[in-house]
Amino acid sequence: MSLSEPKVYLSFLVFLPAVAALVLAFFPRGKEEVLKFATLGVTMFTFILSLGLFRQGAGIDFEMGVAEMQNLFALDWIPSFGIQYMMGIDGISFPLVVLTTFLCVLAMGASWPINKHVKAYCILFLLLETGILGCFVSLDFFLFYVFWEVMLLPMYFLIGVWGGPRREYAAIKFFLYTLFGSVLMLIAILMLYFNSDLTELNATQLANTGIISFAEEGDAQSAMDEWLAGDSDLAKEYAAVNSANESNADESTRRQLHTFNILALQQIGQNTSQFQGTALFGQTVGWWAFLMLFVGFVIKVPGVPFHTWLPDAHVEAPTPISMILAGILLKLGGYGILRICYPICPHAGYDLAYFVCLLGVVSMVWGAFAALAQKDFKRMVAYSSVSHMGYVVLGFAVWSAFGSNGYNPEYWEMGVNGAMFQMIAHGISSAGMFFMVGVVYDRVHHRNLEEFGGLFAKMPVYSGLAVGIFFAGLGLPGLCGFIGEVLVVLSVWKYSYVLAIISASVVILTAGYILWAIQRVYLGAEYKGPHPEALVPITMRELAIASPLLALAIVLGVYPRVLLDYMQPSVDRQVERLAELTEGFEEQEKARQELEGTEEVAIARAQPRLPDGIFGSDVLPNTTLKFSSTEPAQ
Amino acid sequence: MNLQSIINSLVSDTVNTSLPLFKPELVLCVTIVVMLLFRVLPLLDKVPPFLLALVGSVVALWSSLPLEGLSTWANLERQELFTGMLVYDSVTAYMKVFLMSFAVLFVVLSRLTGIADREDGQDYYSLVFGSIVGMCLMASSNHMLTLFLGIEMASVPSYVLAGIVKGRQRSSEAALKYCIYGAGTAGVMLYGISLLSGVLGSAHIPTMAQRLVEMDIPASLAAGEGVEPLIVLVLGGLMMGVGLAFKLSAIPFHFWCPDVFEGASAEVDGFLSVASKAAALALLLRVGLGLGYSPEAELAAVENRTEVTAIASAAEQATPPTIRLVADGVADELGEEAPGEISSPLTPIRKFFVTVVALIAIVTCTFGNLAAYGQTNIKRMLAYSTIAHAGFMMMPVAAAVSLAGHSTAEASDAVSAMLFYVAIYLFMNLGAFAIIAFLRNSMQSEEISDYAGLINKAPWLAVCMTVILFSLVGLPPLAGFWPKLRVLQALLAAGGPLLIAVLVTAALNTAISLVYYLRVAKTICIDSEPDTSRPVAIGFFPWAYVLVITLPVLIFGLLPNGIAAWAKQAADNLF
Repeated sequence: MSLSEPKVYLSFLVFLPAVAALVLAFFPRGKEEVLKFATLGVTMFTFILSLGLFRQGAGIDFEMGVAEMQNLFALDWIPSFGIQYMMGIDGISFPLVVLTTFLCVLAMGASWPINKHVKAYCILFLLLETGILGCFVSLDFFLFYVFWEVMLLPMYFLIGVWGGPRREYAAIKFFLYTLFGSVLMLIAILMLYFNSDLTELNATQLANTGIISFAEEGDAQSAMDEWLAGDSDLAKEYAAVNSANESNADESTRRQLHTFNILALQQIGQNTSQFQGTALFGQTVGWWAFLMLFVGFVIKVPGVPFHTWLPDAHVEAPTPISMILAGILLKLGGYGILRICYPICPHAGYDLAYFVCLLGVVSMVWGAFAALAQKDFKRMVAYSSVSHMGYVVLGFAVWSAFGSNGYNPEYWEMGVNGAMFQMIAHGISSAGMFFMVGVVYDRVHHRNLEEFGGLFAKMPVYSGLAVGIFFAGLGLPGLCGFIGEVLVVLSVWKYSYVLAIISASVVILTAGYILWAIQRVYLGAEYKGPHPEALVPITMRELAIASPLLALAIVLGVYPRVLLDYMQPSVDRQVERLAELTEGFEEQEKARQELEGTEEVAIARAQPRLPDGIFGSDVLPNTTLKFSSTEPAQ
Repeated sequence: MNLQSIINSLVSDTVNTSLPLFKPELVLCVTIVVMLLFRVLPLLDKVPPFLLALVGSVVALWSSLPLEGLSTWANLERQELFTGMLVYDSVTAYMKVFLMSFAVLFVVLSRLTGIADREDGQDYYSLVFGSIVGMCLMASSNHMLTLFLGIEMASVPSYVLAGIVKGRQRSSEAALKYCIYGAGTAGVMLYGISLLSGVLGSAHIPTMAQRLVEMDIPASLAAGEGVEPLIVLVLGGLMMGVGLAFKLSAIPFHFWCPDVFEGASAEVDGFLSVASKAAALALLLRVGLGLGYSPEAELAAVENRTEVTAIASAAEQATPPTIRLVADGVADELGEEAPGEISSPLTPIRKFFVTVVALIAIVTCTFGNLAAYGQTNIKRMLAYSTIAHAGFMMMPVAAAVSLAGHSTAEASDAVSAMLFYVAIYLFMNLGAFAIIAFLRNSMQSEEISDYAGLINKAPWLAVCMTVILFSLVGLPPLAGFWPKLRVLQALLAAGGPLLIAVLVTAALNTAISLVYYLRVAKTICIDSEPDTSRPVAIGFFPWAYVLVITLPVLIFGLLPNGIAAWAKQAADNLF
């Protein structure tokens, strides 16, 4: 039990806030300032713990440039249901973990103006942090689900107790939407579980799931024999199921070894046909699971038409909670799509790629137009989140290996990397934007865009920071928002130029609403609203929260490799695996068509292809846009 | 065989086999007699009835544990007691431990809320224990006669309990309604039983199943001959279902439930919603599996089938793979039977049972949740919540009976889901009603709106109530989530269009139920307290009691393995 063991370190990282919340519950009343400092201290310590993973070569670290899951461990949690306590991090989850711990520190700093039921607030805040971190590191589907639900309760109360005038409506709307999504997710989890069978995976595939491990240069088969000879419960069960099946020739009574292990489900989805069985209405199990999981996640993202909870929740929530909602909680949806939907149900992802892309583009356009129409400053920022998260969905769904014009997964890699980058960038810029709105709201207690103006003269430092952060959200080159957007839009070009043109022109709308808001709030001759006397310059506390956000926005915009180097290997590896698979089932599809003679059906289902010659693959300089020179390992 | 030897073997069977396994019920009966006796004797009437009841229930709990420790459930042999009237197997043992633990907790609760005072505590505890003995009979019945006897024995004391608070009009009204409803459904049920037993020539459930096998219903259905007895059977089955549905408060026989819950005291509500429901579910399981599953018949069917599949697989190997692909597709479209399904003589019975139970479960669950929306009285709201949960708990029974035909392992998983649900439900509902009872004592109100701002007046009580409410919704990591998960798993394992529809309903109902539970939580935690409200004073012992009941909801939420493993062991031995 030393801190250099992954199981200790990651559990400590995840559960430290929850344990601290339990301790805070016994804190005496009346010392609210101390409580806030204690909570801030806990979030800072958690942040430092997550930074500790950067230390290369220490007892436990996150190794840069490695694509595989790192610090992976699995313990039995509820053996009678086959649920494990399994965690690990890779390039996809690691940046999000650091973003979470970082934003929690800033959000706690932004919580100082809260004076109502401080103890309860701090406890719920810390529980929320545990829920989010747990979601990002858990690799057992059930553990993931439990953490996903753990977030709901604190969030409901944080909005419902400390929110604005319509807080109760907003809180229950948020809760209902998310619960509906998670119920769908639960059904999908069970569907996948009952259709999975670990015994069909071979040694290498099992090694990829983290169930068996072997040293580098080792032989997977011998490692597996060793594992089977060992005394782990899973190995015994595996052997029992295998021997039962060997002596039983009857296919219908075959025993199966089900699993909740996300990595194993990924391997099963990609390498076997277990999720290809027919379920309802002629669609496969994988197709239904994908759809239900996707709806569950896209509610969180949120994509049109499931986005209506977001403006209410964001506007009513107190400033720090809006920061966490926009900065981190929305990313969970994107993370789920990337980690779970596509790798586990790649066939369905391939079939539904155009639908998902379309949903992303519609969200972008819809969110941008809605933002243009808003009179409320915070509501405008909220709709801008809908628009920006549309890029993320679009980037994930671009399936460039499709089509007969050559097999080239690089566009898809670019899209997914862009979407991942956009998630982090949006986490920084949207949290910053919400904080900036909160700063003026704390002073003048209104958010009506028509009644601002002239803030530059009264609060010059604040206005400078705010304009910087708003530009980052706008996607100005040199700031973080640009990189993600451009990577996504470029990758879409190859897939469907209609969508690419639409998504590129959304940038104009974005510029429209952000510049217009800047003009109405910060520029102009004088302030027109109530409480002009309250417009005092920014305090040190507020400065300490805003400036790191702006600094990060600039660093990521100027030198994106700082993030991509950690992220890209894992993303590329996943995309390459899926792309390889896509190539495989294109051939299958062809064979099927020949067999069944139903070409028309296939053509009707096919996504639009690029006319040859006009937008040929040589138009895009696809190699120069790869920021990383690191080759994906293995 | 002369009369003497018959009597001898009967006596030895009763004394040596049956009575030792009937100990918990005997202990309760003795406690009842002792309590009533102590009341009339001078000096001894000074002994508080609570003490006697507590000792009696603890001894009953202790004697209900399997002799060789808890882990021996898995090895319990199925035994018939009292010449086949009762059955003792792992499920009986589990249910007895459950009911006796409930009795202990309930006796303590009744003392703490003061409903059972020194004056007529004896009456109260006698009624409770009498009812629990009836529930034990329900859970272990193996004969239509004991089934009916158990239901009546559990119900009649409940009618009195519903009206135990004297001089309250609502209370008396509730008792009367309950009684009339109960009597009516009992009559219908008795008629149904007589029809079934008349056609099958026996009231002993395994014998009835044997007769059903001999009737070979699939053959007569296929030939279209001899359908008349089937109609009588269906009618009898439905009529018997009326009685069961009444005990389960399943729709359309649920009307008594909200009225009784509102009129009766909160403690009695806890009793009705936990113990009575659990026993009724066990009974439903006994009927479903007893009539719809017979190991010998299944075995014969499997042997029959193996020959068929051997031919089929030989044919399959002979065909080239491409044709097989197409052939599979055609087979899927035609909607052939699931590959695991084996046609046995009891399949029609199972289909009938599963269809009826599944449909009732869907309606009950949905209606209960929707009706709870409009309630302003917390007990009435929880009554509808109980109806909804009863619907939820019926689902694994349907799944278990449906699975019994082709996979006993999965069927026993479904049974364990039901047993697990019942155990977790004890803590949630008893906790909720205990809190309501304590609050009633303190603030004389059971209206939801009067709970406003409770978090400021009694923070720990409010937190406990909120935890219980969210656990009732079924949110992880609270205990209420796991049984719901097991139920969904069982339904998915069973498959088929009907049970998938049940699964979808069950899942959507979780989202539907959120709103009304959340409304109470919101009232408690978010709403500001009215100016007129008085402080809430809760003593140490009530507080500790609430904590003892609520902590398991948290602990089993994080570590549900213990109870789940017990439930699984209990169910594994059923087949």
